[in-house]
Amino acid sequence: MAGSDTITRAAPDTVKILIAGGFGVGKTTMVGSVSEITPLRTEERLTLASVDVDDLAGIEEKHATTVALDFGRITIGQDLVLYLFGTPGQQRFWFMWNDLALGALGAVVLLDVRRPETSFAAIDFFERRNIPFVVGVNGFYGDHPYPPDEIREALALPEHVQVLLCDARERESSRDVLIALIDQLIEAATRSNGAGRLTPPDR
Amino acid sequence: MGGGDTAGRLVRPFALTGGRTRPSRADFTLITTVTAVDPPPVWATRPQPEQQRILRHCAEPLAVAELAALLDLPVSVVVIMLCDLLEAGRITARPPHPVSANPDLDLLQKVRDGLGRL
Repeated sequence: MAGSDTITRAAPDTVKILIAGGFGVGKTTMVGSVSEITPLRTEERLTLASVDVDDLAGIEEKHATTVALDFGRITIGQDLVLYLFGTPGQQRFWFMWNDLALGALGAVVLLDVRRPETSFAAIDFFERRNIPFVVGVNGFYGDHPYPPDEIREALALPEHVQVLLCDARERESSRDVLIALIDQLIEAATRSNGAGRLTPPDR
Repeated sequence: MGGGDTAGRLVRPFALTGGRTRPSRADFTLITTVTAVDPPPVWATRPQPEQQRILRHCAEPLAVAELAALLDLPVSVVVIMLCDLLEAGRITARPPHPVSANPDLDLLQKVRDGLGRL
């Protein structure tokens, strides 16, 4: 392949984290507060073939919907870039965009305590697929009426899933939620390695 | 594939892909990085206008999702055009870091350090 020898700039390694939760909970706000670029929007057309839901009862054959998502970028180093994808909250079929969840390091589920039920579907989605996640409780105007433990209990979340109070508008607050997710991943990886050290096994 | 040179911006997206709706390769994810091969291989044929736009955008490495956003086209449409460009030797594609059940601690630590610097 003569063509491949001519490349001089190496493409960076890429990883992604999903920012999920109900409509209007602050997903794009969080992406925007930590991203080095203004969040970009891209979309995908999904064909829903005979999906068994009430909404589509009576609609025969296929039904197409367009799902849009916003995303941002954090350059970790010259050779590593982290992408943040805000999953669409208002369309019911975003989860059919398989590429979204596939290969994600993990997810942040944002929660609005005034309307927690709008984020239940996202929690179920990641639990069922064994995708690691933390819950970020986005305070309305930074206000937090409930302590994290109470929220964890109400959501019936397992011990290892962290619940953090945050303000998606604040860069540092959003960053801390992402760091908590990575710490949770590091802890899980260290546990599964069994040795309790932070060094990878010898190759 | 005649008529490619006359395809402008005012065409329905799938007209850009010769009517195909599925990529011939499944190796373009949202965060696959694509880079134009420069100079193009000697056997390269003249790219269509939309392909030309892609090549301009990815003169520097660029993720598929960013490319789709910049072109204002659905991801699946961009992926089909990228398949053609890859087959024609006009771009290279780097897949994302593989994520498995046994995560790479080195990588996680790197991400954590990077976030800490924000």
